Amino acid sequence: MKKITVILIVSIIFTCCKTEGKSEETSTVEKIIEIKIESINYDGLELLLNKNDNKTYVINFWATWCKPCVEELPAFEQLQKNYDNKNVVVILVSLDFPNQLESRLIPFVMQHKIKSHVVLMVDADSNTWIPKVDKNWSGAIPATLIYNKNMRQFYEQSFTYKSLDSTLSNFLKTP
Amino acid sequence: MKTPIKSFLFISIVSLVGFGLNPENNGYKIGDIATDFSLKNTDSKMISLANYESAKGFIIIFTCNSCPYSIAYEDRIIALDKKYKLKGYPVIAINPNNPEISKRDNFISMQTRAKEKGFTFPYLLDEGQKIHPQYGATRTPHVFVLNKENSKLIVSYIGAIDNNYSDASAANIKYVEDAINDLLKGKSPKTTITKAIGCSIKY
Repeated sequence: MKKITVILIVSIIFTCCKTEGKSEETSTVEKIIEIKIESINYDGLELLLNKNDNKTYVINFWATWCKPCVEELPAFEQLQKNYDNKNVVVILVSLDFPNQLESRLIPFVMQHKIKSHVVLMVDADSNTWIPKVDKNWSGAIPATLIYNKNMRQFYEQSFTYKSLDSTLSNFLKTP
Repeated sequence: MKTPIKSFLFISIVSLVGFGLNPENNGYKIGDIATDFSLKNTDSKMISLANYESAKGFIIIFTCNSCPYSIAYEDRIIALDKKYKLKGYPVIAINPNNPEISKRDNFISMQTRAKEKGFTFPYLLDEGQKIHPQYGATRTPHVFVLNKENSKLIVSYIGAIDNNYSDASAANIKYVEDAINDLLKGKSPKTTITKAIGCSIKY
């Protein structure tokens, strides 16, 4: 598996005022933000699709070029934020072209300040792996798989925050 | 403001769409008889499959201007047409997207793209988005190989062009070519259905 790390150096310039008010000092602090997007093939995806713990996984298949996918991303980001402490994990599986990882996907993730875990699916033999995600998936995106130990459901559709939240709630009911 | 009942209904409908009304399941299956259509080509002429009297069948490809997967396959679609038109299986490309939702797929943009790329095949607009639901196309590109048997068009293959969207040279299984080569030998295609990632059709 290939890992690519892009290091973004953000320069934050701030002014520090001394309490005496007589002298002012300007300093530059360099903060390093690392954006790692793992490239996975089906074996890597399979691990994400079959976790057996107490969490509920929301796996969204998307791409930067897919307009309805990009439109629904804020709903997934909001979900991750709101359920952060409730054992819910959102994973965004990008189906961008492998050769556009650095030119397109990483800049997109940075620009949109995506907080959810993003991986890049690079397995081009989609006929082999699509049916393993769900036998009814036609291959169209956006598509989302939600699962936990008790339930598993695949959705070939777009979500709003409201519809996503209410769908997720079915998974969080204690059996 | 949405009432809770409306929200509930909305979710129910969404669930139905998600679970039961998968368009692919409602479209053609292998062995079904495909209906003809009359759709406008980029040269503004209407095209029907009946126009092609000597064709042995067709490679119907739902594709568009705006989808990167479609763009990645454009050269391969042209190559398919050049190779198989002579053998009786021409490519007919249909843009299934509603241009009001997907502006880059409007008729003028289709004309521009067909000219730029030198499409050797008709590139038709599915006006009113009536044809792609009949076929059960859900994404672009989405291929349907039709074979003429007793003057009926039989759906013989549904799916992807080959097994590598991102790199044509790395594709080592060419599903559409294999299907037509089988048909040319008078056999049923060995692989009849494949799946591929694509852009959902906007309608």
